This record gives sequence, structure tokens and C-alpha cells, in this order.
Amino acid sequence: MKHALIALLATAATCAPAIAQTVAVTGGTLAIGDGSAPIENGTVVFRDGRIVAAGASVVIPADATRIDARGKWIAAGIISGPTDLGLVDVGGVEESNDSASDASPFNAAIDISTAINPHSVRIDDERVAGVTRAMTAPSPSASIFAGQGAVIDLGTDPDPVMRPRAFQYVQFGENGRKAGGGSRPAAYLAFRDTLAQVKDYRRSPAAFLAQGKDALLKRSDAEALVAVIEGRTRLLVEVNRASDIRTVLSLLADYPKLRMVLVGASEGWMVAREIAAAGVPVITPGSEDLPSAFETMASTTSNAARLDAAGVVVALTAGGSISGEHVVRQNAGNLVGIASVPGRQGLSWGKAFAAITSRPAQVLGLEAEIGSLQPGRRADVVIWDGDPLELSSAPQAVWIDGVAQPMQSHQTLLRDRFLAPETGVLPRAYKH
Amino acid sequence: MKRTKALTIGAVALCLVGCAAQSGEPRTTSSRPAASYSRDPFPSTYRAYPGVPTLVRNVTVFDGEGGRIDGGAVLFADGKIVAIGQSLDAPAGATVIDGTGKWITPGIVDIHSHLGVYPSPGVKAASDGNEATDPVTPDVWAEHSVWPQDPGFGRALVNGGVTTLQILPGSANLFGGRSVVLKNVYANTVQAMKFPGAPYGLKMACGENPKSAYGGNNRKPSTRMGNIAIDRATWAKAVEYKRQWDKYEKEGGDAPDRDIAMDTLRDVLDGKILVQNHCYRADEMANVIDMAKEFGYKVTAFHHAVEGYKIAGLLRDNGVCAAVWADWYGFKMESYDAIGENLALLQRAGTCAMIHSDSADGIQHLNQEVAKALSSGRHAGIEIADETAWEWLSYNPAKAMGIADRTGSLKPGKMADVVLWNGNPFSVYTRVDKVWIDGALLFDSAVPNKRPISDFELAQPGSGDVK
Repeated sequence: MKHALIALLATAATCAPAIAQTVAVTGGTLAIGDGSAPIENGTVVFRDGRIVAAGASVVIPADATRIDARGKWIAAGIISGPTDLGLVDVGGVEESNDSASDASPFNAAIDISTAINPHSVRIDDERVAGVTRAMTAPSPSASIFAGQGAVIDLGTDPDPVMRPRAFQYVQFGENGRKAGGGSRPAAYLAFRDTLAQVKDYRRSPAAFLAQGKDALLKRSDAEALVAVIEGRTRLLVEVNRASDIRTVLSLLADYPKLRMVLVGASEGWMVAREIAAAGVPVITPGSEDLPSAFETMASTTSNAARLDAAGVVVALTAGGSISGEHVVRQNAGNLVGIASVPGRQGLSWGKAFAAITSRPAQVLGLEAEIGSLQPGRRADVVIWDGDPLELSSAPQAVWIDGVAQPMQSHQTLLRDRFLAPETGVLPRAYKH
Repeated sequence: MKRTKALTIGAVALCLVGCAAQSGEPRTTSSRPAASYSRDPFPSTYRAYPGVPTLVRNVTVFDGEGGRIDGGAVLFADGKIVAIGQSLDAPAGATVIDGTGKWITPGIVDIHSHLGVYPSPGVKAASDGNEATDPVTPDVWAEHSVWPQDPGFGRALVNGGVTTLQILPGSANLFGGRSVVLKNVYANTVQAMKFPGAPYGLKMACGENPKSAYGGNNRKPSTRMGNIAIDRATWAKAVEYKRQWDKYEKEGGDAPDRDIAMDTLRDVLDGKILVQNHCYRADEMANVIDMAKEFGYKVTAFHHAVEGYKIAGLLRDNGVCAAVWADWYGFKMESYDAIGENLALLQRAGTCAMIHSDSADGIQHLNQEVAKALSSGRHAGIEIADETAWEWLSYNPAKAMGIADRTGSLKPGKMADVVLWNGNPFSVYTRVDKVWIDGALLFDSAVPNKRPISDFELAQPGSGDVK
């Protein structure tokens, strides 16, 4: 098994630079990621970092480097988030954790793209597990506005940020009420009043700033939020209770240009029609079924499918899982599995896989760039040795932007060190 | 969305007056060996619910002890397994279930759960899992914190196929208190959930949690060496307590002062209470093993043991089990070297190993957690059969909880704690079909009223929804 894997990687590695080179991965079960069912005996062709074609009857250019994927799956790379990937080495080690900015006088202006570390070992660990991109978000702390998140790739190159300031993150509900002044109405007021001030700032920055210390909003925070009310930057709102979702959606009446996305939405299914009517997409774990808080009393694993049935675009998130970002594929697989249970609603395989590939891209308006193997998209491609939603499968090769990635991480090297028998000649520290 | 495992160490207050006071009982002055104190002051009142003789046939059987029968049959009656085999006859009046395409297994046993002590909803008013006012609290008993209405019990049953679980105190304290083993059957009192005759466990903890829970407040321990120093001082006291009480019970005379905390440690030294030790790092587990030898007690299992694979032989040679996650990693410094092959490497070394949840979510899919661990092992070239891996889900945890003679495998005479799955339980697409506990059908996915709803969930939004 291991030898076969190394052989495959050696093949992949020869095409690593990807400059003006065409790669054809052939003969595998193809999971495009756009919601369609898997295609038997499919092929994907990519060139200069972009997908050229994917399907069952694809013309393979004569100059293409061919990689045989018979008996395997060829799939779009997984996109996860919101996550702290790239911002944190170890969650519990405060010195390494840049996700929250408790003592900063700034909030909405905080731009995490300045701090992404592409060499964090967690990025390697997630990449070898099939995750190719992530929406990395700041954590709210002193304000309900956490700041601006970015879309990153998990490649080994030194430039991880694909789209800086891709979204503003705001927290509502039980967590938001703390940062918002201790109650839901106070948090909602903070939300509305901040947006009103941003409107004032946009109308006349000079007049707004002339208020001096009386202004409740700093200039850079106001500037960051102008992009939000103008709809240039998406607004990700963490909210769970059905009534809170209604309250948040009501903001759209006064700010029709807001491009709002709900994050969490545990009780989203109760207000699915309103969410759909507002054209607001949802990012949800899909695995929640416990009343873990009073705002998630109605959580159910049928949430995602019910939202989908109402016409809402649904993406899945690992939700900060300790298992890592790649657990979204297990969450997606479970949503296929529950369809067999009387009384529960699940997703088709194609929709479940889309919920961890093209849907996260769509939520951020990036579906023409990433998230599927449709022509023109960035070539984020993973070869799996089986169904990518099944627990027995593992990635065999990963390309990001058409560049073959090393399949090595802190975890794989530890594994290899301890798989080998101890010789007693030298400590294991000499095995590398 | 912060990826920081809640340390569940709670708000740590400085020790207030009396917080560690022991409830002293009046001395007896009898000169003859007196009846000692009760070892079971909160006895189980659990009674099995009625069932009917049931035969499941044409089913793939994992017996829980490594055996597998394709197209086999399982018969249970009067709450007990009667027989398993290739083909069995149905006794008169038995319910016969065709298991074509299905799998049947022992009920899952979770050795590490905080259901009831950290229930849903996770409000402070009901979070009772860490007596984080002192690092040494062997006097607290998890059963006195368990809220029997935790909706998590029902989810663990219907989605997870969990029939028995050990509820542990949290890991803020070096000595966290006694665990309690429950049958996963809703009741109004914890006594009515208690697994009859199951030994108690003692929760202990190494590493970051105790030192950060107390060190941050300028209290000992603030270091790992402080952890071990307090542990040793406490065990030394326990050895002396045991000596005095052993002497009194044998020879009579003045009864020694009663110390509720020391009662627990005395029973550990006597082998009656099993040590369940939260510990991540290889080096710390080795220190604890030496400490146990120094004072003459045994560590039954290390929990989490994320570096268990580094010392699999040491654990095996000392007869210590490892209860681990499949893939939790990197959320705190001591989990930095977690790898998905941990379980498989432990198994390869011949170490007693098992899965555990430590999570109200994870307990609903422990079968999938094992599937991930199996997959990691197989991709690394460690071949372990599915039926062998089921030992990680029922028999090995039952052994480490001292109840393997009663549950954890489908052997004649054992409790009929049984799960029927609608496919291979190691596939992500498979769900629990039916669950029996002591032969009583307590979940049937096809029958709407054969699923429990806790008192708390009545009339809540979404109540009655299939969760």
C-alpha cells in the first residue's frame, strides 16, 4: 500500500512546477463538486493551474502528463471554514493564538490576512487530509465585530492568501450578547448603531471624524464596514436561534446591499423559507443534534437538508472541531447516511459533497474561481483511494492551483518514526 | 468557532474556608472489630425493562471478542444472550428479525463520558463536572452531579448505540473524584441508572489541566513536578489511612477518624476502585506508572493517551489500557503529537486499547471513530480485522471498567445489550436500527414512540423531531 502511494507521488511530483504543463488524471470516479452525482471512468485535465475539462468523455491533449487513477476517485479539494487555520499553532497555547484580539481598540478593521502562517504544521496536516482551501476568520472578543477574514490556500508556497478581506465576521446570539453589552437587545443596538455610523462616515468622512473623541467608531473600523454596507465585502453573522435569525435578517430592509451569510444557524430549518426568500446562504456544521445551549434547542442533523429543500445555499463547516477541518467530510457523509432513517432528512451524495466544495465557494461569491472541477476553476484536485466521504478512504495525491503538493506532515513523520521497530542502536530521534 | 478544546476546568476559586473539610463521623469506641463503613451507600436501583425472546438471523455478527459470523444468528431471552451461531431455531413466541444486509454487535461501552455532569444545555447552573476548588478531591462522586435528564443520554442511545457508559468527573483536579457506571436507560434518579455491581473508578489527571487550573491562581500545582508532588503526598497519606483502618477492622480498638476522600483511595489501594487516569504525554504516563508502583496501586487505564503509541510496550508490560480518540489533535500543547494511527499501533503492540468519546457529540458515533482509526492503521500497513476492532468499542472498555463478565460481548449468559445496524457499522452511511438493553427494546428507528425524549426536551422547539 505504502509503496503504491510513494510511486504515485513520485509521478505527481515530476509535474510539480505546472508551468505551461498539462496534466490529465484519468480513469477514476470523478466528483466534480458542483452537486452532480459521481461520474464513473472520468478524467480531469488541468493546465497552468486551471481546470481545462472534467467528465467522462474528455479529450486528453497530446502533450498531457497522464496519471492513471483507475480504481480511485478524482475529486475537487475540500474548502473548510470559518476556521482559525493559519492563525493558530496550538489553540490552547495563547502565545501562538492570533484568532482573538481581546485587548485591541480596533475590531472590524482587524485584517487577519496579515498574520497567516503558511508553515503552520496544522496546514500540512489538513492538506494531506484533502483540504485545499479555507476561510480563515478572526474570533470576536471585545466587540461583536471580529474583523476581516480571508480565503487561503493550503499549498506549501509562501503566499497563502488568495482573497484578503473576503468577509467581515460578526457574532450574534448568546456569544454576541456578551461582547455587545450583556444582552441581545444591546448587541442588536450595537450592530444597528454601528452600521448607522458607518453610513454617516460614508456620507462625509470629514464630518464624522470631526466629532473627535465623541465618535464611537474608529476611522479604520468605519472604513472596513463601508465595504460591508456597500455589499463589496460579505458579512458572516454567527447566529443560531430562530428568532435571532429573523432579527438579523430584518437588517436587510435598511441595508439592502448587505451580502449576508449566516454561520451556525442551528435553528435555521425553523425559518428556512425566510432565509431562502432573503437569498442568504448558510454555513452550518450539519452534525448538531443536541440542545447544547438555549439558542440551539431545535438543532437537528436534518437542518442542512431542510434548508437545502427550501432553496438555501448550504455549506458545511467543521465548526472548530478538535478532529480538524477535514472532519467536514465525515459530517457530509453522515448527511447522506441519515437519509435512510425514517423521519430524518438527508442530502444526496452530490449535494453533500458540494456542501464541502463548491457551496463554501458560492457562499463567498468565489464559485467561478474555486470549489469544483468545472472548467476555468483553479486546479485544486485530490486523488482518493475510495469514496471521499467514506471513512475508509484517504487522499493519495493533492494539487493546489495545479501544483502537486507533498503528502508529508508532522503527523505522517511521527507515524513513520514509530511504525518502524526500535533498534536500540540509536534513539528514535535519529530516525528522519 | 475557536478551536480550543474546552478544558472544562471551570471557574477556579481559591479554596474557601471549609472547602476541603471532611465529613467526620463519630468515633466508635468498640474494642472488637466493628462493622466497617458502607462501601455502597447509594446503591443501584436499576431494574431491567421487560423484553421478549428475540432471534435476529441472516445477519453479520461481530461478537465483541474478535469473532465474526457472516449470515449468522443471535438469540436472547430474559435479558440475557442465549446463543449465537450460524443458524439458530426460534423458541416458541420469539420475535424473529431478518437481519439481511444488517450487522449485529454488542452495545457500545463508552469508558469516558461527561454526560449528566456536563449536560446539554451547557449552562453554568447545570455544569457540575469539576469540583475545581482544590486539586485533591477524591471525596466527590460524579453520581452526585449527574442530571439524569441530559438529552445527551438519549442521543448516545439512538444515534450511537451506547448501552453502558462511565461518567467521570472532569480533569481540573489531580484527584477528580469517583466515576459512576450507568446503563443508558432514562430514569428519574441516578441510582436507577447505575450499572448493578459495577466497580467505581477514580478519575485522576496529569499535565496541563491541573497545573493551569491552580497555578494560574498562584496555588500549587503550577508545574508538572508540582502535580506529582501533590499526588505522592496524597498517596502517602492514603497508605497510612489504609493501614489504620485495616488494623482496626482486623483487631478492633478505637476507630480511626473517618475521611471520605481517603475512603476512596483506600479502596484503590485494595484494588476495589479502578484508576482512570487522564494523561496525554508518554513521559508523564511513565511517571505515573512508577508512582503507582511506589504506593502499591494499579492504573487501570490512561485516558486520551495521545502519545500512547510512543510507549505501547511499556503500557502492555504494565498491564495498563489506553482509551483514546481517533483523531483529535493539536488543540493543546500536550496533544501536539497526536496521530491517527495511535489505536492501531497500540493494538499492534498487544496493548489493551479502546476508543472513548469525552464528548456528547463523539459518543454518538464511536463506531465511526473506530472506522477512522482502522483506516489510518490500514493505510500505514497495519491490518486489523473489523471484528477485532469491535473489541475497542465494547469488550476492552468493559474490561477496563470491571464489567466484562457481564456485558461487552455477545456471549451466552451475558446481558443482552445489543445493537442492530442497518449496514456495516464502520461505514459513514450506516445508522443504528435497533438497540436492546438487558433484552428490552429501547430504540427502534422504525417506530416513532420507541425513542426516548428527556423531560427537559418536552415542548422545546423541535421537540419530537427525529434528532
